[in-house]
Amino acid sequence: MTSLLVFIVLVLIGVAVWQLTKIFDLTQVGEAKDNSEVANDKDNSVNGYLMFGFLGFIYIFTIYSLVAWGEFVLGTPASEHGKDVDNLMEISLVLIFFVQTITQFLLHYFAFKYKGKKGQKALYFADNNKLEAIWTIIPVIVLAVLILYGLYTWNQIMYYDDEEDVMYVEIYAKQFGWEVRYAGEDNTLGKANVRYIEGINTLGVDMEDPNAQDDKVATELHLPKGKKVVFKIRSQDVLHSAYMPHFRAQMNAVPGMVTQFAFVPTVTTAEMRQNEKIVAKVDKINKIRANKSKTLIAEGKEALDPYTFDYLLLCNKICGRSHYNMQMKVVVDTPEDFNKWLSEKPTFSSAWKEANAPAPVVEEKKEEVVVADTTKVIAQVIK
Amino acid sequence: MSHEHGHHKETFITKYIFSIDHKMIAKQYLITGLLMGIVGVVLSLFFRMQIAWPEESFEIFKIFLGENFAPGGVMRNDIYLALVTIHGTIMVFFVLTAGLSGTFSNLLIPLQIGARDMASGFMNMLSYWMFFISCIIMLCSLFVETGPASAGWTIYPPLSALPQAIPGSGLGMTLWLISMAIFIASSLMGSLNYIVTVINLRTKGMSMTRLPLTIWAFFVTAIIGVVSFPVLFSAALLLIFDRSFGTSFFLSDIFISGEVLHYQGGSPVLFEHLFWFLGHPEVYIVLLPALGITSEIIATNSRKPIFGYRAMIASIIAIAFLSTIVWGHHMFISGMNPFLGSVFTFTTLLIAIPSAVKAFNYITTLWKGNLQLNPAMLFSIGLVSTFITGGLTGIILGDSTLDINVHDTYFVIAHFHLVMGISALYGFFAGVYHWFPRMFGRMMNKNLGYVHFWVTAVCAYGVFFPMHFIGMAGLPRRYYSNTAFPLFDELANVNVLITIFAIVGATFQIVFFWNFFYSIFKGKKSPMNPWKSNTLEWTAPVEHIHGNWPGEIPEVHRWPYDYSKPGHDEDFVPQTVPMQPGEEELHH
Repeated sequence: MTSLLVFIVLVLIGVAVWQLTKIFDLTQVGEAKDNSEVANDKDNSVNGYLMFGFLGFIYIFTIYSLVAWGEFVLGTPASEHGKDVDNLMEISLVLIFFVQTITQFLLHYFAFKYKGKKGQKALYFADNNKLEAIWTIIPVIVLAVLILYGLYTWNQIMYYDDEEDVMYVEIYAKQFGWEVRYAGEDNTLGKANVRYIEGINTLGVDMEDPNAQDDKVATELHLPKGKKVVFKIRSQDVLHSAYMPHFRAQMNAVPGMVTQFAFVPTVTTAEMRQNEKIVAKVDKINKIRANKSKTLIAEGKEALDPYTFDYLLLCNKICGRSHYNMQMKVVVDTPEDFNKWLSEKPTFSSAWKEANAPAPVVEEKKEEVVVADTTKVIAQVIK
Repeated sequence: MSHEHGHHKETFITKYIFSIDHKMIAKQYLITGLLMGIVGVVLSLFFRMQIAWPEESFEIFKIFLGENFAPGGVMRNDIYLALVTIHGTIMVFFVLTAGLSGTFSNLLIPLQIGARDMASGFMNMLSYWMFFISCIIMLCSLFVETGPASAGWTIYPPLSALPQAIPGSGLGMTLWLISMAIFIASSLMGSLNYIVTVINLRTKGMSMTRLPLTIWAFFVTAIIGVVSFPVLFSAALLLIFDRSFGTSFFLSDIFISGEVLHYQGGSPVLFEHLFWFLGHPEVYIVLLPALGITSEIIATNSRKPIFGYRAMIASIIAIAFLSTIVWGHHMFISGMNPFLGSVFTFTTLLIAIPSAVKAFNYITTLWKGNLQLNPAMLFSIGLVSTFITGGLTGIILGDSTLDINVHDTYFVIAHFHLVMGISALYGFFAGVYHWFPRMFGRMMNKNLGYVHFWVTAVCAYGVFFPMHFIGMAGLPRRYYSNTAFPLFDELANVNVLITIFAIVGATFQIVFFWNFFYSIFKGKKSPMNPWKSNTLEWTAPVEHIHGNWPGEIPEVHRWPYDYSKPGHDEDFVPQTVPMQPGEEELHH
């Protein structure tokens, strides 16, 4: 069946090509049949018009894209610096759109307007210093503005004052999941190295370090609204990238070093769920999912869960087979809710003591089974 | 010059296989490059099908990927990454570096500067055959049981260093590294040859400011290659050390599959620096020859001098220089010092200036021309169009602030495919259509050429333009499937559309291949100078002879762009025509 379909498609394509060349051939009717494969006046004319048509195609496709897909863009930024990023992005996009429209017009219009005719002679115009100067200087000025604005924002984002009241959070990456560690009361993260990894200490925290005693580990990233959070990012195996698109934040996780990114979340998850654009987006996605569910149920499979909006942390640096599904939920709370959530978490040292006291075997065993499993899988694959 | 007196007896092997004639080597590069191109494009169709219809079973996967890579016709997730990796590697290095530069530098440098052959014909032959071997090794890696290299074409360690991290980093990666090491050696031999030839073997009267822009582009490209490829070689070598001999250049503090590895003190960021020190100039190694080809074709077919000849040379040199100091814009969020980010933003955005000059000069060359819209000309105009569309988004990606949120998303895919992939491919096609008569003494069918161009032009936009939008929606590249994120459900239809455009566009390349191979044997016989061009290659006889010109090498009296010059009857004045009494060299 498939091969039949493939065959039919190939035949149809063959016919299409034949017909298309026929069209170009037909444009030659009436001309003395010339045998050279060099473009003649008719070719120039047909392709000149097509050039103009192609300009139309670019414009219409651009407008269609903006209308149909413009809303895909992430929408309201959920961080303080996100507004600056979006602002600069908007300026750049408008500029690009403007230059694109004009230069594509000139290019294709000239290709149409000056299509060759026999006996016509081109203008011998080899040089003009004034023109050259103009289109060197204009980009210089425009780019100078963009560079200055860009660098100003970059410095705002990447540098923060140590004196500032900030909160330290560690983001820990591994194939294929994330964990987070809060610095606790002392707001200082305990030392860590993969060589300390053991049992429930999956982040390799140095248990001897006094700073580590009050650290707290979680599998969901909760953030308080309005507080500057400095992320210390680590990886235990390969490169990963902590990408939080709604916050306009991204930084690679590099094994052997601690990288850093900081931002102030400004919109809580609950607030964002009320956002008009997000509501529309969620509705649209749920319609798509409902449709998909129908076909799934017809095939006797499970239906998809309806979607509710959540911030996300996703991996954005190729990291292995499940790279496409390495994610963590991010929740922005009011400071009160956040403090409540965090205070309910046990400190790392107490969790450690609990795990290694009377009945640690259960926990440890679990861990070991998982580890053994992945080894086995990989070993099999390698085999 | 030992071959001054034309033909001497050649056997089949010395003529077609171990040839030291630059024209034959060019053809060898061309055909090898085109065949590699087929492999690269087919691989991309496979993974595009997976993205559009995730985890569906395809008959075609069963046939081509087999039960191991696609159990039950469903592509395995690590094989998806392998296909992405090999697609990138083949297209960037084997098609657009070796295929493009190898073909046209070899063909045109001796012919356009008026030399009998390359400075070292033997080294040239060696360069091709090493390229050939590296192609074979790369293709062999596709048949390794654990799969070919799968860490992306940038092969960042530790993923590329540890077979525990992904199966493709086993034997597949070893073959990749060996293949690339040989490729680099081949590329260096080629580049050194080009540089020496351009400097030493120009004919009488061919001053540097009378060189066609093609030669300027090839010359500068070769210099960038010689400067940057050895750095990639060193990165590959150190990676081989890390993988096989337990050194720690790029690896440190790694815990994987339940154990701590011994590596200590290395840094993956070091690898990124070394890789991109080649990786970014590589973009221009791919693009500059295409721009050179375009300059020549646009001038010839506009019947006008290229506008701003000297500005064009200056911008080629400026781009080449800047290209070696912008590599860090691939690493804004790699964890390097943010201050470096500022520096690289600055240098990167500067590249927009010479690029803008080039684009405007092309457009001005068209103005008031007498455009002969041959297929080669269409592809050249198409190149300018995609160069602008793709280049403009570089303003966003080169800006560290904006790069944070679109880094490694489909926005990047859209940008570099348009600005270097499609543009360079158009340059490639333009060159093939334009110099086909020079290579094979026959003409390609123009109507098939027109069909080829128009379908390709629409499909190229159809594939890459929508990617800007799904990129700005935050969709990361190199995802096997987007179904793990309900957020991306609304992008599914766009991905289907892109894949359809890709399949149609790729299928229509058959038109080109048919035209190409058919015309080699059955095309119309070409006259000596079909496009009425000024450059020297069209003064050599249609039949190939070793040594290019049967008698003396022609002498050059003017620059190559005297098209439609007042005071001449014809609308072109070949470089060999002496200046008339009182005639001025107007471009100075």
